[in-house]
Amino acid sequence: MPSLKDLKNRIGSVKNTRKITKAMQMVAAAKLRRAQEAAEAARPYAERMNAVMAGLAASVGSSASAPRLLAGTGSDKVHLLVVMTAERGLCGGFNSSIARLARAHANELLAAGKTVKILTVGKKGREQLKRDLANHFVGHVDLSEVKRVGYANAQTIARDLLGRFEAGEFDVATIFYNRFQSVISQIPTAQQVIPAKFEGGGASALYDYEPSEEAILADLLPRGVATQVFAALLENGASEQGARMSAMDNATRNAGDMINKLTIQYNRSRQAAITKELIEIISGAEAL
Amino acid sequence: MAGSVQFDLVSPERRLASVAASEVQIPGADGDLTAMEGHAPTITTLRPGILKAVSSEGTKSYVVTGGFAEISAGGVSVLAERAVPVEEANAALFDALLSEAREAAAVTEDKDAAEKLIADMMALRAAVGQ
Repeated sequence: MPSLKDLKNRIGSVKNTRKITKAMQMVAAAKLRRAQEAAEAARPYAERMNAVMAGLAASVGSSASAPRLLAGTGSDKVHLLVVMTAERGLCGGFNSSIARLARAHANELLAAGKTVKILTVGKKGREQLKRDLANHFVGHVDLSEVKRVGYANAQTIARDLLGRFEAGEFDVATIFYNRFQSVISQIPTAQQVIPAKFEGGGASALYDYEPSEEAILADLLPRGVATQVFAALLENGASEQGARMSAMDNATRNAGDMINKLTIQYNRSRQAAITKELIEIISGAEAL
Repeated sequence: MAGSVQFDLVSPERRLASVAASEVQIPGADGDLTAMEGHAPTITTLRPGILKAVSSEGTKSYVVTGGFAEISAGGVSVLAERAVPVEEANAALFDALLSEAREAAAVTEDKDAAEKLIADMMALRAAVGQ
């Protein structure tokens, strides 16, 4: 049985914890709104880009002169996994769910006899994958100094990817991130970016192309990679804040429950002590 | 007044403009072109330059680099990797653009294209008067 003083200290510390988690929840809520707005604002660009490229890819894709970014290198031996996670923890299962998906994917590829290379974005994913996949790491992008993810960050990552692709370091690149569904649900997603894959597409209107279709496609494909990376970063940002918000909401509620329980325990033992003292006085008086 | 086209200018980070314009002057990779109502559907890549949109609210100019323009029956949409209203363009922006272009030129194999990019940037800077 802890003493009254211990209980009191315990209640105090849980109260402090609750204050912190509450504050973190509110900060996350504010950041979430901003992240969602950013993701929203980026959508028209990504959608148009995708639509135009899908149309171009449909008409150019089959020809032998198709750019390597679209057609691939002709083999799929070396896979590069780009694992995007947060720089910070305390956001529920956010980082683990991406890491789990990436690990499953990597193990599957390894079992199939492929070579796996891993590029991590955000240090939490790196920490989680370090244990069993550290010898597959080829690089790391640190975004801890970045307050607000901008297109420039995505461009840097995309340039790194393209450089490695040009150098023949990998055949297929896949990015892993959490797609934002709602505050309580984020979906870990794997998306292949090189060679480029398009959903839908096909029937595009008849356009005049200036310069040629091939030249436009060759110009757009690298930009398309950057756009996809950017969209993934933004989705990830919104997901992170959403996950943190609900995790901190839970933590705040748990702290509240714990405070209630401890307070009852505290009151009970205080009452017990008083009763005991009374009994002692009364039985002392009776003995006289 | 002549008919108008729906003009959208979007950068990866935000939508800069969405207005009904009577004409849009686009700095295409193969030369400038002006899109008005009834223009043939065209897709062209952009070179660094100044994009002008004339609407009932007056003429708005933007500094754009990289990307493409899509002219269709539905309107003109310009997707620029970087787009800044001319009034907001300053020396720091051009310095950043130029150093980026030079960096790219240092590593690329296609020296002609890189030098053209730098020349375009210089011309753009002169045009804005910075």
